[in-house]
Amino acid sequence: MTLAASAGRWRWKEPSVIPGFGLALGFSLTYLGLIVLLPLAALLLNAASLGWSGFWDIMLEPRTLAALRLSFLAALFAASVNAVFGLIIAWAFVRYDFPGRRLFDALVDLPFALPTAVAGIALTALYAPNGPIGGLLAPLGIKVAYTPLGIVIALIFIGLPFVVRTVQPVLEDLDKELEEAAATLGASRFRTLRSVILPALMPAILTGFTLALARAVGEYGSVIFIAGNIPYVSEIAPLLITIRLEEFNYAGATAIGAAMLMISFSLLLLIHLIQLWQRRRFTHG
Amino acid sequence: MANANLASTPPLGEAAIAPLLPPAHSKTSATGEKAATRWTLIAIAIGFLALFVLLPLGAVFAEAFRAGFGAYWEAVSEPDAVAAIKLTLLAAGIAVPANLVFGIAASWAIAKYEFRGKSLLNTLIDLPFSISPVISGLIYILLFGAQSVLGPFLREHGIEIVFALPGIVLATIFVTFPFIARELIPLMQEQGTAEEEAALTLGASGWRTFWHVTLPNIRWALLYGVILCNARAMGEFGAVSVVSGHIRGETNTMPLHVEILYNEYNFAAAFAVASLLALLALLTLIVKLVLEWLYADQIAGTRRH
Repeated sequence: MTLAASAGRWRWKEPSVIPGFGLALGFSLTYLGLIVLLPLAALLLNAASLGWSGFWDIMLEPRTLAALRLSFLAALFAASVNAVFGLIIAWAFVRYDFPGRRLFDALVDLPFALPTAVAGIALTALYAPNGPIGGLLAPLGIKVAYTPLGIVIALIFIGLPFVVRTVQPVLEDLDKELEEAAATLGASRFRTLRSVILPALMPAILTGFTLALARAVGEYGSVIFIAGNIPYVSEIAPLLITIRLEEFNYAGATAIGAAMLMISFSLLLLIHLIQLWQRRRFTHG
Repeated sequence: MANANLASTPPLGEAAIAPLLPPAHSKTSATGEKAATRWTLIAIAIGFLALFVLLPLGAVFAEAFRAGFGAYWEAVSEPDAVAAIKLTLLAAGIAVPANLVFGIAASWAIAKYEFRGKSLLNTLIDLPFSISPVISGLIYILLFGAQSVLGPFLREHGIEIVFALPGIVLATIFVTFPFIARELIPLMQEQGTAEEEAALTLGASGWRTFWHVTLPNIRWALLYGVILCNARAMGEFGAVSVVSGHIRGETNTMPLHVEILYNEYNFAAAFAVASLLALLALLTLIVKLVLEWLYADQIAGTRRH
């Protein structure tokens, strides 16, 4: 399988009797290049043509900074909530049996399947001051819809499956003998959880958290209905991009877009590093 | 079973076994939680899912039928709604097959051969998943919009991409780009190349090998990828919103039509159209579940997306 071992000299492809390599790879690369890489390069080239000072002028505008900060903090908060509750949900699904378990398990995927705009108006209807949940919270002085809290609610909805679906398979594969060994050695259930189970689940939790975070930072459809979209207060960065586009301010849209792309790439890199760490930890010896 | 056996054992045997059993009052095993803890965790899990998933889903249908069946039917059958439904079907009808062909080609190249740069290609395929939908639309505006380098050329030749069907299709293809490839690659890597090699040795052509050996092996994973891809393609909002131009009856897809109705305070109609999209989501989940039940071993089991 390894390239270096099988060939004395450098070779970029292993010989194979299966035909179609040129066609399959050629088509894939062309399609990838035209659909994904060329348009992304257009964004980066446009951003580069603004120059450093032009780019930073836009980035340091108070409205841009406020929008980026809101998108990132709301996403961070929502992903943290998802990490905690996602873990509990995954735990309940894997370790316990209760009526309706399969139904609820299937429901976890709904945020993946439900169009974001539909989720957005549904959440707004629920959390608006005259809605069933918003109406309960209003007398307590808690406003959810049209505030940053509403944004967090929407981001919790769309990020929920990521943590559950990354933790669940790892939890299923977790060797129960380790827990038995810990118990035999006199560890309390809590100690076992803290010192045996959680460390084993940590890479999966972190991966799920980062996936949810990456998704939430760029989320648009489910947020804009519930957010209220007040500049400096509840205006997320993706929305600011669309506002700049409607103003024909392409430089503004490009700069914010490029900055968000960089955030996405950093998060992607982080996910890869977590997975690398995970693989190294569990393939010891 | 163990308990039933114990109950039927004669008293003497029971007495012999009894010291080995845990005390009857304790229901906890060494690797389980107390009943109270267990039920608290289950209650939290169910409560959280009910609050964040079940309730919004219910709200869509409750709001959709609030004004009655007549209003519902009117909202989903008026000309603008029908145009939006048709456009959504058309855009998905182009985007999904395009990504299907790509998914097969990419997984064939990645799973059946060893070559350098493979892991980079694998990473690049996933790229659209981590990009904001708004940016997925923005990049096509920057590439094909009136202000772009290509803008004057496109205008001269009367080619409309942005604010027209091609832009909507491109944005849809972009956001659903990885879906099918992501399902096929791990499965085909697992299946290896032995069966194809056998077919080729027996004299089958490359295409025949693909049709009669590879395709039957991957058909359920293919269907699985297609339904997930289709759900996202029909429901995509952010990316399509940026490139569509929101021309009513012309470049409005269903999610965009929902937005327009909602912003016009026509809530019942907005939720009526939204309920069709919610039905699509439910249908997608049901098909997905059935496929996971029946063909678990023939689906790669990437449950993440």
